[in-house]
Amino acid sequence: MANGSFKSVFDIIGPVMIGPSSSHTAGAARIGKVVRNIFGEQPTQVDIYLYESFAKTYRGHGTDIALVGGLLGMNPDDERLADSLRLAYEAGMEVAFIPKREKAEHPNMVRLVVSTDTKKLSVTGISIGGGNIQISELNGFKINLEMGIPTFVIVHQDVPGMIAHVTKILSDHKINIGTMTVTRESQGEKAIMIIEVDQHDIGYCSDELNTLEDLHSATFFE
Amino acid sequence: MFGSIEELVQLSKKHGSVAETMIHEEMVHSGQTREKIAAHMKQNLLVMQQSIDKGIAGVTSVTKLTGGDAKRMNDYIQKENFLSGKTILTAVRNAIAVNEVNAQMGLICANPTAGSAGVVAGVLTAATEAMNLTEAQQLDFLFTAGAFGLVIANNASISGAAGGCQAEIGSSSAMASAALVAISGGTPEDSAHAVAITLKNMMGLICDPVAGLVEVPCVKRNALGASQAYISADMALAGIRSVIPPDEVVDAMYKVGLQMPSSFKETAEGGLADTPTARKLEQQIFHKEQTKTSIH
Repeated sequence: MANGSFKSVFDIIGPVMIGPSSSHTAGAARIGKVVRNIFGEQPTQVDIYLYESFAKTYRGHGTDIALVGGLLGMNPDDERLADSLRLAYEAGMEVAFIPKREKAEHPNMVRLVVSTDTKKLSVTGISIGGGNIQISELNGFKINLEMGIPTFVIVHQDVPGMIAHVTKILSDHKINIGTMTVTRESQGEKAIMIIEVDQHDIGYCSDELNTLEDLHSATFFE
Repeated sequence: MFGSIEELVQLSKKHGSVAETMIHEEMVHSGQTREKIAAHMKQNLLVMQQSIDKGIAGVTSVTKLTGGDAKRMNDYIQKENFLSGKTILTAVRNAIAVNEVNAQMGLICANPTAGSAGVVAGVLTAATEAMNLTEAQQLDFLFTAGAFGLVIANNASISGAAGGCQAEIGSSSAMASAALVAISGGTPEDSAHAVAITLKNMMGLICDPVAGLVEVPCVKRNALGASQAYISADMALAGIRSVIPPDEVVDAMYKVGLQMPSSFKETAEGGLADTPTARKLEQQIFHKEQTKTSIH
């Protein structure tokens, strides 16, 4: 058995996208956009570490422009993707591409370190084929975020009561939690909650979660 | 959700067809209505048709390595003096068209990937022309192809970087052959054997993109993947059976992908990518590009 990660017919027939590669272009754009969403704003500095196939073919496959396009908020079918490097430059986003020689956990892997003057985030994404992606690391935490399952990703400070505050909001909206993972850097430092839920179309809850004290960002992925 | 081809075939007996099984599973998984799912697929079909029209009219990629072959094939078909057959050559032309548009960074629908997007779209549009398929039949074709594609993706791979080109053109050609069988009145078992027959011939195909681009040999492999889908479908409809059961063929393809060295898995280090001409082209393309895209 390989992975069993594909669940929808549209993972296979789709996505509608700008060429040339679903894993290296569409998947890369999706990773870029997920990173931007978790980060919560457009970063001013981006270091992109590319591994294995991504490291060797990123220019020919448009992986570079797609990652940057995603960081600018573009979707895989955005006709402006081809122009993303120029648009990023004009928007004041400094980008460095760093192809790495070492082996990675997956042949299409990329680690993005995004920052502004005040904050910094590290995210590792893998492109598993056909434009489908997973997030395998967040600020050094090993995670397994599979797109396609409705999921909240919450970055917060490690203070008492956070889990109770978050789950109360979800329960008030009658949202059922399937699985929940909580990890932290160290006591009192930054922590991350990944909550997979059963309900769809509930992105509006993120707004309410984002009003919580000591919560840095709450993002909902459909 | 069906985890194997065997399970898919069994469920299809219950639901009436592979397409119906796929629609049912999609409704359960996504919580969406049948109408919404059909509308999404219709939108994907529209993008496939538009990319074919654009490709036949004639496009050229940024590198100028590919483009214009769909137009060439179109002119050749119109002269009506060919060796194989009009429907197969139409599928070939349309498959080339989609991938020439893909190489040109145009809008396409991945199927199951962008590099292999021409096969299912090419075969479907050729079949639509030859058999006067209704829109409902065309959507069923795509749901059938998607169902078999899901099993391959979950038990083997649809990524050239993970499994070589057998995972991309092999999968797309297998999906197209299964859907052709279904739309021509074959049983789900016939479709399953079309998948097996196709994958057996694609097994071991490496991913060796020249200069790391999705152009050479990808465009032509789409063309030949489309033609093979027709032959496999005819073989399965004739009652020819794969001695190795379809699920075991998928497992074998997965293992071959694992055993394949990384130089043959979308790294542009082996095969056609490592020929003198390919290395020269790589030099020319990226030496020129470097100054233009460098914002490091």
